[in-house]
Amino acid sequence: MTAVATPDARKAGRWLYVTSVVLLCAWVIVPLYFLLINTLSAPEDVQSYPKAFFPAFDMGSLSFFVTFNGMIDALLNSIMVAGLTMILSIAIGAPAGYALSRFDFRGKELFRLLILLTRAFPLPLLALPLAVMFIRTGLDDTIIGLALVHTTLAIPFAVLITFSLFSGIPMELEEAAWTLGCTRLTAFTKVVLPLILPGIAASAIFAFVISWNEVFAAAVLTIENRTLTAFLLVKLSEAPIHLKFAGGFILVLPALIFIFAVRKYLFAMWGIANR
Amino acid sequence: MAEIQIKNVAKKFGEYQALHDINLTISDREFMVLLGASGCGKTTLLRIICGLETATTGEVWIGGRRVDHLPPKDRGIAMVFQNYAVFPHLTVFENIGFGLRMQKLPNDEVTRRVERVAELMHIEMLLKRYSGELSGGQRQRVAVARALAMEPDVILMDEPLSNLDALLRMEMRAELKGVLAESNTTAVYVTHDQVEAMSMADRISVMHKGKIVQAASPIEVYRNPAAEFVAGFIGNPPMNFLPATATGNGQWRVAGQTFDGPDTEKTLKFAIRPEDMAPADTGLVAIAKVIEPLGAHLLVTCDVDGGMFRAVLDSDTTVKAGDRLTLAPQPDRVRWFDPETTLAVA
Ligand SMILES: Nc1ncnc2c1ncn2[C@@H]1O[C@H](COP(=O)(O)OP(=O)(O)OP(=O)(O)O)[C@@H](O)[C@H]1O
Ligand SMILES: [Mg+2]
Repeated sequence: MTAVATPDARKAGRWLYVTSVVLLCAWVIVPLYFLLINTLSAPEDVQSYPKAFFPAFDMGSLSFFVTFNGMIDALLNSIMVAGLTMILSIAIGAPAGYALSRFDFRGKELFRLLILLTRAFPLPLLALPLAVMFIRTGLDDTIIGLALVHTTLAIPFAVLITFSLFSGIPMELEEAAWTLGCTRLTAFTKVVLPLILPGIAASAIFAFVISWNEVFAAAVLTIENRTLTAFLLVKLSEAPIHLKFAGGFILVLPALIFIFAVRKYLFAMWGIANR
Repeated sequence: MAEIQIKNVAKKFGEYQALHDINLTISDREFMVLLGASGCGKTTLLRIICGLETATTGEVWIGGRRVDHLPPKDRGIAMVFQNYAVFPHLTVFENIGFGLRMQKLPNDEVTRRVERVAELMHIEMLLKRYSGELSGGQRQRVAVARALAMEPDVILMDEPLSNLDALLRMEMRAELKGVLAESNTTAVYVTHDQVEAMSMADRISVMHKGKIVQAASPIEVYRNPAAEFVAGFIGNPPMNFLPATATGNGQWRVAGQTFDGPDTEKTLKFAIRPEDMAPADTGLVAIAKVIEPLGAHLLVTCDVDGGMFRAVLDSDTTVKAGDRLTLAPQPDRVRWFDPETTLAVA
């Protein structure tokens, strides 16, 4: 047996690697691309085949949406709910992740399991009791109420991601900070936080996207203050296909822009943190 | 004045007793080394002094002040960690200045002090770099510089040189000792390397299974080990032991020879360092087994009275495996141990 790969095997491996990369990219990009083409086509071209490679830049479908009544409000609601979810789930999830990684307490393993178990209950099952409870407390049809529900959805991920982030920071770094005049809090803000910021950003984005994509609770718990997903779900069920494409595009776009906006920052920070 | 007093300190991790009733006084400006085998509790003791760990019972005093309820930052200490713990998101300059910034010192004072210790540790050209761009030795220097910049009363070091290669370790050893002597701080230095301990310490505390067996100057620890453990742990090769039987009036019979010893009725062990013997007309009868030339010396492993016995002889000695030697111990270097208590008997 020789451990050194023959040139042939290496070539085949490289070929496999390139193919997988191409396939994975296509998996993500092709549907997005068709979405884009169809959105920017004239309504009558949506059903046509074959597709033009370059979109026609017909803004008809899109401008319909921009002027569509309630559309902008729904978009703003979505952003606010997602933003709030992001803040809440990090504000609650990160300290929990820190506690899990740094302290020993009774029932720690059970707690970790329970965090995952919160995802075991399907939302449709919880929706009705939640709606009743929200109506009683006056939280129904509010941004904050929906953000709370989305936060519970996002928190397990926030806790587990930050837990592994904190565990990746050597305890010695924090201890060194303590001996250099830091309290537990200042050691956290001056040493731990800068090191895990990229990871925090990633899990924040994750929370944002979870909230952005969530449609069931949004549809059940809001009436006037619909989020974009809920709004489109209701309005578009009867709409012609070219409007459905445009709606889908509008749903995808902000999430894409958001991730692209922080992408550079993510990579740059990771580079330092991994040193 | 920063005398450290450790009074009746014990530490339990759950059921496991890591430290038993430690009592130790480290005087102002002393360089104290905690030496012992892996797992004997050196780090635990250091962390208790530092405040990163709380003692189960007992008290820690630094500079006449009881500190065991204080957090690390209020104890007037600085610590150098085994894995350096240089902050990866800060430059070397900001690492060294970290503690000074926490004290809210003015900018020019921070710069002055950082530059001074950087010069002292020969890292002034690295100040703009990040820890990812440093070698292990350089990171070590940064860690020491960061501690020194605090101008602490007490500096604690946990095996600071253990991750360096042998040559660099030797270099840093001398350098650290010089720098610390100049800085007038009390130093507590943990190591399991006896050469490091011997060469740096004012006093060595030899630890074994959570206890301090002996705390004395390096020469004292080497020449007059207080217990069998110390005799066997310190010195390379370690001390030789032979069973002895009393024949009365302080006379002892060891491997067929008669020696002067303590006047007691107990059975004792006879002990002698390998280098404290020379071939002579009369003495312990030894059959040479393995001969290892070490340059200046010959290490001869032989058989005395059926047990293993090592002698370090002058390299001029002509001896080969199977030879019969008579080795005469230097009388003033012979030590006696009580096998029951394992302690030295005068
Ligand atoms: N946090 C802890 N929980 C439980 N046991 C511990 C803990 N820290 C240390 N111990 C135990 O206490 C004993 C002493 O540990 P310590 O780290 O002080 O040893 P050491 O002398 O520094 O060893 P080394 O030379 O390997 O660093 C060991 O048996 C270790 O397993
Ligand atoms: Mg240790």
